[in-house]
Amino acid sequence: MSGADTRPRPPRDARHAWARLRRAGAPRPSRSNLLAMVLGVVLGFAIIAQVRQTSVEGLENLREDELVRIFADVDQDGDRLSSEIRDLQTSLELLESRTTGEEEAQRAARDRLEALSILAGTAPAAGPGIILRIDDPQKQLDGTALLDAVEELRGAGAEAIQVGDVRVVATTWFGGSDGALTVSGAEVRPPYVITAIGDANTLAGAMQIPGGVTASVRRVGAEAEVQIRTRVVVDALLTVKAPQYARPVPTNP
Amino acid sequence: MIPAIGLALGIMLGLLLQPAVPVWLQPYLPIAVIAALDAVFGAVRAILDGIFSDKVFVVSFLSNVVVAAFIVFLGDKLGVGSQLSTGVVVVLGVRIFSNVASIRRHLFDA
Repeated sequence: MSGADTRPRPPRDARHAWARLRRAGAPRPSRSNLLAMVLGVVLGFAIIAQVRQTSVEGLENLREDELVRIFADVDQDGDRLSSEIRDLQTSLELLESRTTGEEEAQRAARDRLEALSILAGTAPAAGPGIILRIDDPQKQLDGTALLDAVEELRGAGAEAIQVGDVRVVATTWFGGSDGALTVSGAEVRPPYVITAIGDANTLAGAMQIPGGVTASVRRVGAEAEVQIRTRVVVDALLTVKAPQYARPVPTNP
Repeated sequence: MIPAIGLALGIMLGLLLQPAVPVWLQPYLPIAVIAALDAVFGAVRAILDGIFSDKVFVVSFLSNVVVAAFIVFLGDKLGVGSQLSTGVVVVLGVRIFSNVASIRRHLFDA
């Protein structure tokens, strides 16, 4: 390494040194000077390349103990994160199963509510069924005829029935005579229209059996007509009053 | 002057081209750069001492770079690469400091 001459020399006059530097800086086109310039280019290029390399590269320049430390850190982080993943997955599964259970319970409750609403007459119902139309021009029918018809329909498996504008439920009663009939206290006038949802053919057949509704109506001079429909609507509603005396018996005391 | 222009040109070129250091050169380049810097400071000091010669500068520059790279190479082969690199950097750093101190004495009389 001969470029740096380290022989001690007495300090010179500063002005003299600056002048010397200026003189050395003056361009002297010689082969060595050009070569020096090329070396300068190479040095600058190499410096920038190395600076960029150092800023780009991450782990290559680190010492072994640093690498070990980083590796241990990463390992620890990985362990921590995977245990976190496990925890989160467990709680996710828990929440999902709880949601599913709740959804199933809700669906079951909703189904039950619908079935009971149709049974209790608090919800409209639609489906296949028949429309029984009883014309009574001579006003000969009494409440029994309607009751018979409803009982016959129930026997044939009707799931929802309404007479005129009155829904037929467990507490429905029929009364009146001579063309002034009442259903649960509400007056109905001929022609009496009974709508029933169920298996339409079974219901129609039940109306027309010998000695059945049609026959007994006709015997007193009235006319019964059965229409089979793929869709009838039972939309008369009742409001349910909470029972005053009856209380449910707890299933598990 | 002309080498200084060359240095600036090289820096500009490096910034412009954004070179990537090839893998085989990566262990040697930092040491080579330090060695070259040592040669440059030595040259400036030689100018101020009045004993500068272009030829000496070029030869010392090249020999500095080659010797530094060779030492690192040898250290890698012997399994003491990082320690030897540190040693070379320390030696060159001390030389650069002493050269700069001499330059300072020349230029500022202090």
